[in-house]
Amino acid sequence: MRVFALAGRRLAASLPTLLIILVGVFLLLQLAPGDTVDALMAQMGGGGDAQVAADLRAFYGLDLSVPAQLGNYLWRLVRLDLGFSSIYGKPVATVILERLPATLLLMASALSFAFFFGLVLGVLAARRVNGWPDTLISTLGLVFYATPSFWFGLMAIVLFAVHLEWLPAGGFEEIGAGYTGLRRVLDIATHLVLPTLTLGLIFLAIYLRIMRASMLEVLNLDFVRTARAKGLDETRVVVKHVLRNAMLPMVTLVGLQAGTMLGGSVVVESVFSLPGLGRLAYESVVQRDLNTLLGIVFVSALLVITVNFIVDLLYARLDPRIGAGG
Amino acid sequence: MNLSRRAMLSTSAALASSVAFPELSFAQEQPRRGGVMTVHFATEQRILNPSLQASTGVYIVGGKIQEPLVDLDAAGNPAPCLAESWESSADGKTITFKLRQGVTWHDGKPFTSADVQFTAMEMWKKILNYGTALQLFLEAVDTPDPHTAVFRYARPMPMNLILRAMPDLGYVSARHIYEGSDIRQNPANTAPMGTGPFRFVQYERGQFIIAERNPNYWRNNLPYLDRVVWRVVGDRSAAAAQMEAGQILFSPYSALAIADFQRLGRDPRFDVTTKGNEGNARTNTLEFNFRNPVLADIRVRRAIAHALDVPFFIENFLGDFAKKGTGPIPSVSTDYYPGPDTPQYAFDRRRANALLDEAGHRRGAGGVRFTLRLHPAPWGEDIALWSTFIQQSLQEVGIRVEVVRLDAAGFLRTVYNDWNFDLATGWHQYRNDPAVSTTVWYRSGQPKGAPWTNQWGWTDAQTDQIIDAAQTELDPAKRKALYGDFVRRVNDQIPLWMPIEQIFVSVFNRRLRNYANNPRWASSSWHDLWLAS
Repeated sequence: MRVFALAGRRLAASLPTLLIILVGVFLLLQLAPGDTVDALMAQMGGGGDAQVAADLRAFYGLDLSVPAQLGNYLWRLVRLDLGFSSIYGKPVATVILERLPATLLLMASALSFAFFFGLVLGVLAARRVNGWPDTLISTLGLVFYATPSFWFGLMAIVLFAVHLEWLPAGGFEEIGAGYTGLRRVLDIATHLVLPTLTLGLIFLAIYLRIMRASMLEVLNLDFVRTARAKGLDETRVVVKHVLRNAMLPMVTLVGLQAGTMLGGSVVVESVFSLPGLGRLAYESVVQRDLNTLLGIVFVSALLVITVNFIVDLLYARLDPRIGAGG
Repeated sequence: MNLSRRAMLSTSAALASSVAFPELSFAQEQPRRGGVMTVHFATEQRILNPSLQASTGVYIVGGKIQEPLVDLDAAGNPAPCLAESWESSADGKTITFKLRQGVTWHDGKPFTSADVQFTAMEMWKKILNYGTALQLFLEAVDTPDPHTAVFRYARPMPMNLILRAMPDLGYVSARHIYEGSDIRQNPANTAPMGTGPFRFVQYERGQFIIAERNPNYWRNNLPYLDRVVWRVVGDRSAAAAQMEAGQILFSPYSALAIADFQRLGRDPRFDVTTKGNEGNARTNTLEFNFRNPVLADIRVRRAIAHALDVPFFIENFLGDFAKKGTGPIPSVSTDYYPGPDTPQYAFDRRRANALLDEAGHRRGAGGVRFTLRLHPAPWGEDIALWSTFIQQSLQEVGIRVEVVRLDAAGFLRTVYNDWNFDLATGWHQYRNDPAVSTTVWYRSGQPKGAPWTNQWGWTDAQTDQIIDAAQTELDPAKRKALYGDFVRRVNDQIPLWMPIEQIFVSVFNRRLRNYANNPRWASSSWHDLWLAS
């Protein structure tokens, strides 16, 4: 029960933030010249009839004043209606729901990859601090962190898809192959290997640095000396005593970055032609599809709130001194 | 059609018929049935129905599923498609199309003149971009029988104009799908249904579109391919990599980076060419805002033209796929190109400086005469390069240029609706007849905010008069002469300048056969396309 009360409180506290974000994005997009009908005209490549354009503006409600449009939007939102997408011609909720699985899948796999290997490499580096494994791992981390992800992605495609022909160059699954069950899971997995690596490597670099620093700090604490004095072997000391305490900064960071990743990654999704939220958001801005953009902001914000809530619960589990109510 | 027998046709017979049946032009090789054509789809569209939106992004998909009344043959001449023949009355106000018999929609219903009537009156005349202007004086379409459609116009309609326009602006939609519905919201807009060689199967937004072979296609035993798959790939470098990996077999409409065209062009697996795009010529523009008194002075406009070394720019930045333009009608337009002997502005920096001095714009501090804002359109790498080239060239003659880069919606609104620019540059698309989308750049009286039309604040009675006369002139020779006058006049007055001529570049995988065999191939139906093993 306490968990639910906490969840409720968290949600209530987030509502003002959510409102400010939505109104802010709405007003920000008003500053950009042109509207969704201009974007449509650009796609048509000319010859558009003035009357047709005026009719379309009325259809999308763009002939109203800005406060009236904002008021309409918020009133719909209260009734949990995200509105209609002008570029997709369907309800925004449907459009987002179609894109959500790919985004969540990519995010979850990239984050798990980065978390796991960041942890392992960080621990390895900390245990051989200033030795050659540490230097190697830290240098690699720096390289991953400093390389732009679009370049990484493209080079991965050139190597693994074009030259070696091991993996597909892009897309979410084999088009029109009609795979089902395990075959389909495998197919999607092979398509996600390169995007996961590309997206995960940058995060991996951050995590391994954090983990290394955190491990070094905890290794010098009194209780570790006590554990060693008890005669525990080094592996037990690290796994049972140090790791759990050193994980706290990592969990904080994962919580924060999960939010960023939920918004989708425009770069990785574009390079690998994946149907994620990032490309959808980018497309919505370029095409001035206000409803879709606000819908994505809304859904992402909800997801971030959820993830942060889970992180809070994890804190309490990892370190009982932090009360769940704190 | 019996294929083995066709393969044994004598060479001379094949040659003789190759004009009428372009699919025979590769007759020495036995066409293979089956296979999947994969196409690079760079920009997703809101709709896929070419009766409602005339743009290359729609034709690349919808043009395989729906068909126009008239198409273009290998030589670029109007050829029968859904219409088998046509004739015009002596006064040019009545045009009769005899429709092909035995054609069925993908849902099995017959194609009749009622479909043509509905599409013409409700879509071409009311919604279709360029169609609304072309069919402005269309009063009614009579349907005396299911296979005759009679177009009645209030003013004479030149046969040449309608036939040149029909391949792009003559796609027919099914009346029974659209009648009684809100046309804009009809689900068939993103799941098109037509009479074409391929049937729509599935559209996953952001990922792909699939169409499959239409077994009841009216061209018997065609198409050869089993499927067409369009892959949505927004990133140009990623698309080039997918071409190399064989995931994409065709990238249309200059959608890759210029560097990749050069790289893939040296690779024997690919054919990088402008062939098959002759009907899609475009020119790069330099547009002047006459509300700025500096630019309203013809000497300043001419000086700017003289200050730009166009051949140098083309040679160093655009390469083989562009050439120097000579005006609004490009040289690929065999019907209307007036030749290069119209007023031209060769690169001459001294003359540019002299003209600017003469106009009273002396160099001030830092050698600057005055400052202009330049708005480049955000499509096309060439436009970005060209705008930087303009900026640096004009600096040499004392004109400081600030480049203002906006996205598509912002560019359209700022330049064509708010008129908040000094110079703008983008593309003018030539659509086989100057009356379709070229003269609107010059004719006064365009509604405010209509993009790619005369929004410059420039009015010239002589130009207007020539344009109007050519619009309704029925004699092809006289019409061509009038368009010659038009080019001479606007090149002299230079309200906007079109100094570069380009044709879209396509990249083909060489496994494809019968590709690029008509001047609007990327938009055409691909009924004879096949894939070698």
